[in-house]
Amino acid sequence: MVTVLIAILLPFVCAALIPLLYRRLRRVIHLGWFVLSVPIILFILLARYIPQIAEGKTFIHTYEWIPSFDINFTTYLDGLSIIFGLLITGVGSLVILYSIFYLSTKESLHHFYCYLLLFMGAMLGVVFSDNLMVLYTFWELTSVSSFLLIAFWHHRKASRAGARKAMTITVFGGLSMLAGFLMLYVASGTFSIRDIVANVELIREHSLFVPALLLILVGAFTKSAQFPFHIWLPDAMEAPTPVSAYLHSATMVKAGIYLVARFSPVFGGEAIWFWLVSGIGLLTLFWGSFNAVRQTDLKALLAFSTVSQLGLIMSLFGLGSAGHYFGYAESSIIYTQASFAALFHLINHSTFKGALFMMVGIVDHEVGTRDIRRLGGLMALMPVTFTIAVIGGLSMAGLPPFNGFLSKEMFFTAVLQIREVNIFSMDSWGVLFPIVAWVASIFTFVYSMILIAHTFFGKLQPAKLDKKPHEAPIGMLISPIVLCLLVVAIFFFPNVLGHYILEPAMASIYPTFPSASELTPHIYAWHGVNPELLMTIGVIIVGIILFKTLKSWKPLYRIFSQNYTFNTYYNRLIEFSEKGSMKFTNRYMSGNLTHYFVYIYVFFVALIAGYFIWSDAMAFDFAKDSPVESYELILVFVMMFAAIWMIFAKGRITAMLLNGVLGYSIAFFFVIFRAPDLALTQLVVESVTTALFLLCFKFLPDLMPESSRKRVKFSNAVIAIFVGATVTLVGLAVVHYDRFETVALYFNDAYDLAGGSNIVNTILGDFRAFDTMLEVVVLLIAGLGVYTLTKLKPRKKEADHEN
Amino acid sequence: MKINDVILRTITKAVVFIILTLGIYLFFAGHHAPGGGFIGGLVLASAIVLLYLAYDIETVHKGMPFDFKKVAALGVLLATGTAIGSLFFDVPFLSQAYTYIDVPIFGKMGFSTVTIFEAGVALTVVGVVVTIILSISEDE
Repeated sequence: MVTVLIAILLPFVCAALIPLLYRRLRRVIHLGWFVLSVPIILFILLARYIPQIAEGKTFIHTYEWIPSFDINFTTYLDGLSIIFGLLITGVGSLVILYSIFYLSTKESLHHFYCYLLLFMGAMLGVVFSDNLMVLYTFWELTSVSSFLLIAFWHHRKASRAGARKAMTITVFGGLSMLAGFLMLYVASGTFSIRDIVANVELIREHSLFVPALLLILVGAFTKSAQFPFHIWLPDAMEAPTPVSAYLHSATMVKAGIYLVARFSPVFGGEAIWFWLVSGIGLLTLFWGSFNAVRQTDLKALLAFSTVSQLGLIMSLFGLGSAGHYFGYAESSIIYTQASFAALFHLINHSTFKGALFMMVGIVDHEVGTRDIRRLGGLMALMPVTFTIAVIGGLSMAGLPPFNGFLSKEMFFTAVLQIREVNIFSMDSWGVLFPIVAWVASIFTFVYSMILIAHTFFGKLQPAKLDKKPHEAPIGMLISPIVLCLLVVAIFFFPNVLGHYILEPAMASIYPTFPSASELTPHIYAWHGVNPELLMTIGVIIVGIILFKTLKSWKPLYRIFSQNYTFNTYYNRLIEFSEKGSMKFTNRYMSGNLTHYFVYIYVFFVALIAGYFIWSDAMAFDFAKDSPVESYELILVFVMMFAAIWMIFAKGRITAMLLNGVLGYSIAFFFVIFRAPDLALTQLVVESVTTALFLLCFKFLPDLMPESSRKRVKFSNAVIAIFVGATVTLVGLAVVHYDRFETVALYFNDAYDLAGGSNIVNTILGDFRAFDTMLEVVVLLIAGLGVYTLTKLKPRKKEADHEN
Repeated sequence: MKINDVILRTITKAVVFIILTLGIYLFFAGHHAPGGGFIGGLVLASAIVLLYLAYDIETVHKGMPFDFKKVAALGVLLATGTAIGSLFFDVPFLSQAYTYIDVPIFGKMGFSTVTIFEAGVALTVVGVVVTIILSISEDE
């Protein structure tokens, strides 16, 4: 079971190796050839498990990570995750092969492939993690790596804006998902998805069940570009085409769908889940297909098409969740078919949409434009590309003999059957489902036709093209051809796929159903003259009419003013929050150090003193205190003397020396209390800070007598007294503070547990090493902060002309 | 910053080695006696700072041609690396291992992965302190 761990880690390791390889190999060979080996190896490794998975086996392995918080690196390989694993590595191989020919060696390839591998590893991590926290980590890593990939051509403003938009929306969703995960943890007491699914009956009763459901759905919807979060996907098309083909058709956008599928056993059967997933899915399906028609950029058209197809898959999972409501019965099997169709369409969509994206990339690469208004008549010049477009496009439109036809028919079946469900008030609203589905399918047909016809038919306009069109090199064609072959192959042998790949995944979605083979229908290309087929015929007829009359009804889109699009609202929201936060920040960031100290101290007093008073912990008992020796008193008086003098000191040197007196006296106290480690540290820190001060001494202005008003002086004095009182009182109170278990005991066996007789050191290095590690990181960040603040000042003028 | 001070330089020549030795001693003593990565690193850093005070930056840089930002980064890499490294031995994150071996001449000696972790801490401290002091002193 190490395979899955390798699958997750190998891309990360290779990503780290890329800078080294790039330096050696960049003149010899395209970096992509090396990177290509990674997904191919992983695909083969994963494919070896197909037979065992098909027999119903699952594989799980746990590496302990932070077991005390129930966070473990648990990998889980089952029918559902292997589908995604195969898609990620399979489509990944083809995309990398394609990118070798798409990206010239003049681009910064080491960045590109480094990000791509990071993304691949993160994506595999998402689908194979069983632990919610680990899943979340990888989830956000996909957001970050996709941000880097979208902004790959970062000199373009649109690329940066698109990347930021995608990041803002998906990370917003990711954070709400994190909150949902934490609620699930509170409700179930475990981070393991398998355990949550196993104990789902208990969790359903919990009051946090529905909030968790909603928050997790936000995460899934943002990632999978569901309405109204879909606005980031078209902008993400600023990325290089291989990235679009990979992230925005086959993998990342499907992470949300994966999440919905994975959590179906938990939330499925809830009315909210059913309505939100299927309703938003259908709305997205319609809105995406409706808007795809108006696009003039081929990639934007495909982006909206992806949005709509993701909506289709999402709605199918929503419909399929009705099966959970009824539980296992002969009659409820028909509702599970929707989930099956969703899985089936998931694979089909990856094949035909991947091919179409690559096709558009080829057109862009060889012709120099993706603008539909400038394209046309490429059929004779690019026959292979044309064939790819026809196969992919007709599959997307849902025509035989391509795989899209099969899954679309199953989609129609699902929306027709759902009317008969007598739950969730479907008897009245259910009739909407087939209507929306049918209308959306018509638009899908229309934009598929636009894609094919406006690019390849009609008249060639050489004057409008940037390059002289010609067929792409064979290397660029291989990947889309492979995908097109798959499109056709799945149409003729759908049941092979059904048995080996989809059946075990159905078992993961419906774990309470006894037999997965019962959930797996036999897929027929010819299923008789029934309502579904009639609907398809209707789609074709109406679609052709609409396509022919496109010019006459396209102006309808202009009825809606641009001011009312979601993009406008998004931009306004961003603008508003930027301006608002700037106003707010300017108000308190006065540049006056005294003000900042006031904020810090007031907050400190309110929090610490407030907590102690609120929890009634300000209790003193001097009887238990050890006696105070006379030399300790002397030291205290020295410190008090130094502190008070410091307030009235006239020069900086005097103040500095008095501060040193304080510091060294504290070190003395540490010596008296037999804490040599602390004393040493204190002494060295004191010396280094004094040296630091001496260094910057000559740059500091003379200490000016403060001419502030009486009122300010008074309030500052009050704050200072409160801070002092808080520290003193808290210091006295903690001696008797018994709310927590004492930590003094577990260090007793430090030698046995950590092999060190210096307790301070074993605490730092063994018992509380996590703190130490993060402190080191903080120290580095602070150091780099000082460095950049002092070094980068002169370059400010250069930075201005950016943008 | 140039300080032409014969006494300071003469003393520094001798004292720096004493401080450096103390720093290294403190670092290795850490497991059983007062000391450790943080203090060791601080002492080492203070020795370097003393050198910078006594001589000018270019002279010291010739003797220690390190980029101290990289030293700090290396330290963090070491510290987090030992943390992640424990995962490869199928134990929780940040687990440390130790053992005692009888070495001729020195007798019973402890070896622990904490030493690597502490080395990371020490390097970070040295790197950060020197980086901060250098960047402040170079700033005009």
